[in-house]
Amino acid sequence: MHLEHFPLGLIPLLPLLGAVYAGFFGARLQRRWREPVIYWPAIVLPWASFVITVVAVAKLAGAGHHTALYHRAWSWLSVGSLQVDVAFQMDRLSAVMALVVTLVGSLIHVYSRGYMKDDPGFWRFFSNMNLFMFAMLVLVLADNFLLMFVGWEGVGLCSYLLIGFWYRETKNAVAGMKAFIVNRIGDYGFSLGLFLLFWGLFLAPVVTTGDPGDRLAAPGGPHAAPAVDAAEPGAPAAADTGIHGGAPLTSVTFREVQTIVEDPARRDGILGQRVLGAGLITVVCLLFFLGAAGKSAQIPLYVWLPDAMAGPTPVSALIHAATMVTAGVYLVARLHFLFAASAAAMTVVATVGALTALFAATIGLFQYDIKKVLAYSTVSQLGFMFLAAGVGAYWVAIFHLMTHAFFKACLFLGSGSVILGCHHEQDMRKMGGLRKLMPITAVTYALAACAIAGFPFFSGFFSKDEILWKAFDSGNLLLPGKGIALWALAAAAALCTSFYMFRSYFLTFTGTYRGGQDAGHGHGHGHAPHESPRSMTVVLVVLAALAVGGGWIGLPILWGLPNRFEQWLEPAFAGSHHLIESAHRGHGAEWGLMALSVAIAIAGWFAARWLFRDGKNPIPARLLASSRPAVRGVYRTVFNKYYVDEFYGRVFVRGTRQLSELLARVDRDVVDGLVNLWGSVGRVVSDVQGMIDAHVVDGAVNAIGAGSVRLGRSLRRLQTGRIQSYVFGLTTGFVILVVIGYLLA
Amino acid sequence: MDFSTTSTLLTWMIFTPLIGAGAILVLLALRPLLRQALLDNLARAIGVACTAVVTGQGLILWGGFRGADGALQFVHRLVWIKQWSIEYFVGVDGLSISMVLLTAAVFLVAAIASVPWWGRLDDAHHPHFSKKKVPGYWILFLLLETGVLGTFCALDFFLFYIFWEVMLLPMYFLIGIWGAPPRVEANGRVRGGPYAAIKFFLYTLAGSVLMLLAMIAIYHNSGPSTLADGTASPHSFNVMALTQMFRDGTFAGASPIFGLAFAQAMFLALFIGFSIKVPMFPFHTWLPDAHVDAPTPISVILAGILLKTGMYGMLRFNLQMLSPAMVWAAWGIGILGVINIVYGAFVCMAQKDLKKLIAYSSVSHMGFCLLGFAALTPQALTGCVFQMFSHGIISPMLFLIAGVIYDRAHTREINGFGGLAERLPEYTGITGLAFMASLGLPGLAGFVGEVLVFLGGFGAADQGFRVLVAVSAIAVVITAAYYLWTMQRMFLGKLNEKWAGLWDMNWRERLTLYPLAAATVILGVYPAPIFNLINSSLHQVLSVVSVTLHAGR
Repeated sequence: MHLEHFPLGLIPLLPLLGAVYAGFFGARLQRRWREPVIYWPAIVLPWASFVITVVAVAKLAGAGHHTALYHRAWSWLSVGSLQVDVAFQMDRLSAVMALVVTLVGSLIHVYSRGYMKDDPGFWRFFSNMNLFMFAMLVLVLADNFLLMFVGWEGVGLCSYLLIGFWYRETKNAVAGMKAFIVNRIGDYGFSLGLFLLFWGLFLAPVVTTGDPGDRLAAPGGPHAAPAVDAAEPGAPAAADTGIHGGAPLTSVTFREVQTIVEDPARRDGILGQRVLGAGLITVVCLLFFLGAAGKSAQIPLYVWLPDAMAGPTPVSALIHAATMVTAGVYLVARLHFLFAASAAAMTVVATVGALTALFAATIGLFQYDIKKVLAYSTVSQLGFMFLAAGVGAYWVAIFHLMTHAFFKACLFLGSGSVILGCHHEQDMRKMGGLRKLMPITAVTYALAACAIAGFPFFSGFFSKDEILWKAFDSGNLLLPGKGIALWALAAAAALCTSFYMFRSYFLTFTGTYRGGQDAGHGHGHGHAPHESPRSMTVVLVVLAALAVGGGWIGLPILWGLPNRFEQWLEPAFAGSHHLIESAHRGHGAEWGLMALSVAIAIAGWFAARWLFRDGKNPIPARLLASSRPAVRGVYRTVFNKYYVDEFYGRVFVRGTRQLSELLARVDRDVVDGLVNLWGSVGRVVSDVQGMIDAHVVDGAVNAIGAGSVRLGRSLRRLQTGRIQSYVFGLTTGFVILVVIGYLLA
Repeated sequence: MDFSTTSTLLTWMIFTPLIGAGAILVLLALRPLLRQALLDNLARAIGVACTAVVTGQGLILWGGFRGADGALQFVHRLVWIKQWSIEYFVGVDGLSISMVLLTAAVFLVAAIASVPWWGRLDDAHHPHFSKKKVPGYWILFLLLETGVLGTFCALDFFLFYIFWEVMLLPMYFLIGIWGAPPRVEANGRVRGGPYAAIKFFLYTLAGSVLMLLAMIAIYHNSGPSTLADGTASPHSFNVMALTQMFRDGTFAGASPIFGLAFAQAMFLALFIGFSIKVPMFPFHTWLPDAHVDAPTPISVILAGILLKTGMYGMLRFNLQMLSPAMVWAAWGIGILGVINIVYGAFVCMAQKDLKKLIAYSSVSHMGFCLLGFAALTPQALTGCVFQMFSHGIISPMLFLIAGVIYDRAHTREINGFGGLAERLPEYTGITGLAFMASLGLPGLAGFVGEVLVFLGGFGAADQGFRVLVAVSAIAVVITAAYYLWTMQRMFLGKLNEKWAGLWDMNWRERLTLYPLAAATVILGVYPAPIFNLINSSLHQVLSVVSVTLHAGR
């Protein structure tokens, strides 16, 4: 890959400056100069990033196919064979991501000015939003895993801060915490995947092609020798020079990892390694996918995203729909050359994606909170993207990522407009008939709903239809019938999508307004919903236009039209192209599927219109009121999100807390208890010794002392001073001595 | 032995605080002539000035230290007690330089935190430690700094031992006298400063006894050496000479002890002695008690510096001097490190006292050092030393933060707060930063050490370390959980009206917290200044170990 210099670091840097400015000085400046002093820099800086991105992309487009822009800032973590720079790289994949992030992000910043008006935390909001832009741009522009991880966790932090933006409500704070912790579970997978990959490459034996006998691995076997090198100071040199044409032995840089994996001398050695009974690459990919599932809210780690709706709506649009949650998809696409090498990993990714798509879509059918509908819809759409990535259609995954960013941002911002218009009401049962009161919002929402439902010629049609077809036509999956089962799941999910989206549209915008009765909790302004200010509706219109027309850069080849998007990304995924197999199902099937997906979209729309258009159709109410246990059971299970949150709460949260309580008790009563026992034993021993000392040792001394006193006393009796006694003693003694002398003789 | 640089700078650094302590003693002698308030303020001024001077000397040291060299520098070597071949021998290399600089910085921070500037600190019911027996406090404080700096710089085993013991006594009094008064807990146990101080003292002393025995045994089995003045001596306390003797096989003839080879027995004795200070499970329980009842600046020093003396001892003696035995013990140390990490994290989660939680988080985070130490790869060892440094700036922040709230609320019961963010936004922000740094958010200093330890550990020659890393990485999730949960319970939600009268940070607190916060951010994105100091020496040490590692396989 050819690298050209471009100051890419500026793209994330500008929003960072905005974040620092608003974060450190915002509170005081806002008090003094009101809101403009906050929002102007906060809005202008992301737009400046967008402009720089456009310039960069233009330069990239003018360069050769396999060129990337590159900017090395400084050396970050460089120890031994680990060489990590703070370096940015923009290839064609990053370019798409950076464009989407800066464009949609900047638009949402504009929108937020109106939405967050009069919030005392205005400065904090924009500081966090700018910080998010910084982190997200680092994520997509990083040239290595570890710098990407900075952005990866950075967006998680911003997500935490913004979900809990209105922190006075404990519920919001808890939702933010949940998001961060669940993401950390994913990050566990990300880190282990990285470590395994790094050392897997390092330890993989190097083989010269065509001559199996000639192994270049050091003597002592392929596993023992490099491990020793790892501990030697000379290792950096050895690792850096490498063996083949300057390519290092191992790396954390995406570019170099790809070179290493694709190196014919290395490939067999790397693919041949086994970890825990599975191939190295499979395990690495599954671990990375755990990370992706956490960030992109896939089964089993999707639970945080619906709760994340506690944040302000622009946050939901930017972070929890358009950009951050797609980072997992980006990760899989970025590592296409690894995932494509493992059929097992591809199958897992595709299956999880398809299951999530349907699972979340069914939950979306029954939600009443307008944002919850969109949240589950996002989970579901992300599932579609993973399905595409899993079957090796990486450009399609990114295509859907982009169109989804447009239409889902539009839907979320539309819902935000509704929520603002209805004075912070989110329950669709208390809306209805808003089309007349909020015409721009209604039209843009309808257009975006058409896009997500997959109406022909709308952007979502092109991307979603392509996903369904690629899944159907996949030849890589290890499932019976290849991709057909997954296709069926995804098609069912598409039907649900169309239905719940139009359900939300009809409940909100048609019929009669149902919110008047209890809206009177005295805000001081009129109770009637009102259209949002110009700064917000302009953004809605722009996004709606993108939602409608954004798909035309990726027109189906089937129609004989140029697919610019696929052409653009083709070099980025060239490395895995030869690994992706088609099931060769033919053009007829493709036409048929396309017709079917149009039918699905229309069927969903029609059903929703029939049931919810004017709120007068009795069927939904009758179903809800049904006393049939089967109906009630299904409804309650789905409405309560299959009780997954409750299950996690019981098992994992409570389990962890109980374990921690147990260990704390062990620490206090056993570990420290032993220390204190030891101390007590010491004290008892010393007490006993003290007693012995007092009574035996000192007693002996005292006894001797006392004895001599007593002896003295008794001896004193001898010294009576009377002469008779002395003479008596003297005589007695003399007699005794004489007797003894006589006896001895 | 030739050394690249000789200098008296280290000697000045070590004894500057002692001179200050002497000056305060002189002041005490003049007590009849001085008003109490003046005396107190002079003592404080001398204390802060001495720590500032030491920090300045540290900057000179940093400027003059050539990291790429890897050898001993700033050596000062004199004969002390000729009959027993004891020398005054100080110097720094990559193993110790970062700790010397850290000590200088953290003591300055702790000194500032010991002065009752700016702010309502106490009321009649809660006298503040910084106004109690002030001259005595500062004498002990400065004596402690001398002990710590001497420990990091001493290269004569006997001298090391002396400084090691010098650290002990001031700490005992600082916790016992200026710490929390005795109190009876709900379960009838008596806790408080005196209890914690005695526990700390006896526990550490027990370790010292083992160290003393090992030192004498090594001395008696050592070969002849040359003292600084050129006289020959039959034995040696010189750490560098002893290291060379262990490599040359001088000790090969020494008789085994309890069935262990001589080097292994010495390794164990020293390791246990050091591990109490780290502290390593199961010898860690003195730490929470000592922290909870120590005054804030003493907790700062305890967590920031004193724990590192144990880890430094392991690097200098267990790894560098006894490298053959290191390979033998690595696996066991790795397991103990993992227990520290995971067990510590779980125990953290159950804590109700903020300071106790932070104390246990130190147990968990020092476990990373142990794991990196045991893995014996360049990345892991650099990670170990970097983690020592980053923990040395992050844990002082955490303890200062605990002090800020305790000075105001006179409680640290996490569940007793709530919604403080509304009332104390600045404090909430800095707490958030410290928590994030401690839980290893990439881009902050805590991450660098953690990721290097994990990544390096994963590549250890012994593939079992992969399991150890996989298990200990669970703590990444648990750590996030306990910090964010604490954040939520203390700062978020509705404001507990009981604390509506609290006030935000004052300048003294800013002066201590902001420099540490800045260091956390800077070293997180640009850790090269530390790497440049430590890497050459570490990798030289490691090259010796890896020869053994290679031979052993």
